[in-house]
Amino acid sequence: MGDILVITEHLKGEFQDITFEMLGKAKELAGASGGQCIAVTFGNMNGKVSELGAADSVVSVGGSDDFNPESYAAAVQSVVSEKSPSLVMVGSTSMGMDIANSIATALEMPTVSYCADMSASGGGFSVTSSMYGGKMNVVTDVTGSAVAMVLAGAFNADAGKSAGSPSVEDFAADSGAGKVRFKQLIEPEAADVDITQSEILVAVGRGIGSKDDIELAEELAEVLDADLACSRPLVDAGWMSKAHQVGKSGMKVKPKVYIALGISGAPEHIEGMKSSTTIIAINSDKNAPIFDVAHYGMAEDLFDVVEELVEELED
Amino acid sequence: MKIAVMLKQVPDLVEDLEVDASGISLDTDDIKFKLNEFDDHALEEAILLKESGAADEVVVIAVDGDGVDKMLFTAIAKGADKAVKLNGGKPGDSHQLGKAFSNALGSEGFDMVFTGVQSVDDRDGQLGPIVASYLGAPCVSVVSGVSVSGGTAVVHKEYSGGMMGEFEVDMPAVLGIQAAKQAPRYAPVSKIRQVQETASIEEVPMGDLGSGSGSSVTSMAPPAKGSGAKMLDDVEELIDVLKDKGAI
Ligand SMILES: Cc1cc2nc3c(=O)[nH]c(=O)nc-3n(C[C@H](O)[C@H](O)[C@H](O)COP(=O)(O)OP(=O)(O)OC[C@H]3O[C@@H](n4cnc5c(N)ncnc54)[C@H](O)[C@@H]3O)c2cc1C
Repeated sequence: MGDILVITEHLKGEFQDITFEMLGKAKELAGASGGQCIAVTFGNMNGKVSELGAADSVVSVGGSDDFNPESYAAAVQSVVSEKSPSLVMVGSTSMGMDIANSIATALEMPTVSYCADMSASGGGFSVTSSMYGGKMNVVTDVTGSAVAMVLAGAFNADAGKSAGSPSVEDFAADSGAGKVRFKQLIEPEAADVDITQSEILVAVGRGIGSKDDIELAEELAEVLDADLACSRPLVDAGWMSKAHQVGKSGMKVKPKVYIALGISGAPEHIEGMKSSTTIIAINSDKNAPIFDVAHYGMAEDLFDVVEELVEELED
Repeated sequence: MKIAVMLKQVPDLVEDLEVDASGISLDTDDIKFKLNEFDDHALEEAILLKESGAADEVVVIAVDGDGVDKMLFTAIAKGADKAVKLNGGKPGDSHQLGKAFSNALGSEGFDMVFTGVQSVDDRDGQLGPIVASYLGAPCVSVVSGVSVSGGTAVVHKEYSGGMMGEFEVDMPAVLGIQAAKQAPRYAPVSKIRQVQETASIEEVPMGDLGSGSGSSVTSMAPPAKGSGAKMLDDVEELIDVLKDKGAI
């Protein structure tokens, strides 16, 4: 069987966790299928290849250090055309989404989104996708060449973090038609709270129903001396500021206690809070995926529970 | 400037989802479908651009199906100018859906195509970049915030931790929208009714759908309830846990 290409991700000169999560898994899969594990890097990351010891070799396509949807995809497409790997692993991330779909469609390779698990099977790979907001696991068996979009946090980063000195091939890659031009990186606005440092977080989801009712969660946060966090829809609705958002496009938090109120547990949210020491979820839907990651749960109306809890604690 | 917005319905996750007898797809008999929430943001962003004077026309496009007329009339009630419904086929995955849309967009002509960044059921990839690839147009996904000047758009693409990349994109272009500048608006029921009586939906054949994603589902099942959460019966037990874990 063929090789496995891992499309690395970096931001501000540092490889991102997703890179190591994919490398660890790729190494295991390559071991099982008898292929090589090849990491593809962009920009000027050659000084950091020693961090990619889990890879058998590195293909450096050069180009800009700053991600560009068009030029990065064009570069990957030329590497895939040349190397004909049996599997291309790309992050199910902001950067990965632009690369994976573009190359898979152009090269007519099957793509599988939201990979939460993968194994080598019968000359190909069996890929489990976490779909419908985490409510269904869908298995796709791929043979031949395929692209897998790997969910952040699905695999252990430590497994891919071994130092080494993989050989580096400088690859003259395509860079696209120049229709998309990077202008600048925009840093998040300065915030009054840093939830990545909080010991206890009371996190509110769409189940809270309205902006006014967030007050109830604030009361709970106050009696517990906790900070307030939230899922993305509350930020998009303008109910809470971005600094409070936990998840893929928000903050990664690991408090001692994370209390999720009316949060369903979509993969994009779980990515940001699954490392919390203790997770307590309150959700009226007993099948909500949040209960799969929570340590403790209550399948009840959050208003009933929180009102009673605040009353009891204030006494 | 003309913006096309691709809309799609997805299962409402508030419902209990079940697998049908085939073992590889959802039982759709008892579930409700609703507009993909990110498509709603795509529509909102398009309407905002029109209201700001940057765009002249917003055309919403969807594949025919149950509830699609209502979805399209609602989009008009919110501010879209024209609705197009693609019929004559049943796209089976994101790639076939992408073919249906790109066939129509190729003949309709547009400066920008918006759609939701992803949907809960797009197992074989995301619609925006797939359509862009078929159209040979540039694409940026995970966009919140679009502004336009001349033949180029300036977009903000979200990374993690609140970081964003700013890009300039030549039009025509496809954008996968994560969030509009403001929360999607609601259309009053009375307005939707009025639109239903006065507006019309243009019907267009979807054309050749191609061979699809090239992969198929082997099995579908709810995640195994592993160790999972220890379920608590009452607030007393909850308080015990909070004490035990040092939150009180
Ligand atoms: C590229 C990308 C990035 C994203 N980044 C993030 C991110 O950083 N963070 C994030 O959170 N999301 C993110 N999302 C969105 C994510 O996909 C989900 O849409 C989101 O997490 C859902 O938020 P929620 O759980 O609050 O809402 P819902 O999924 O709507 O869940 C609401 C829950 O509340 C429960 N509920 C309702 N009423 C009550 C009640 N009275 N009592 C108790 N429970 C109740 C319901 O049963 C339901 O489970 C991202 C999406 C994309 C595409």
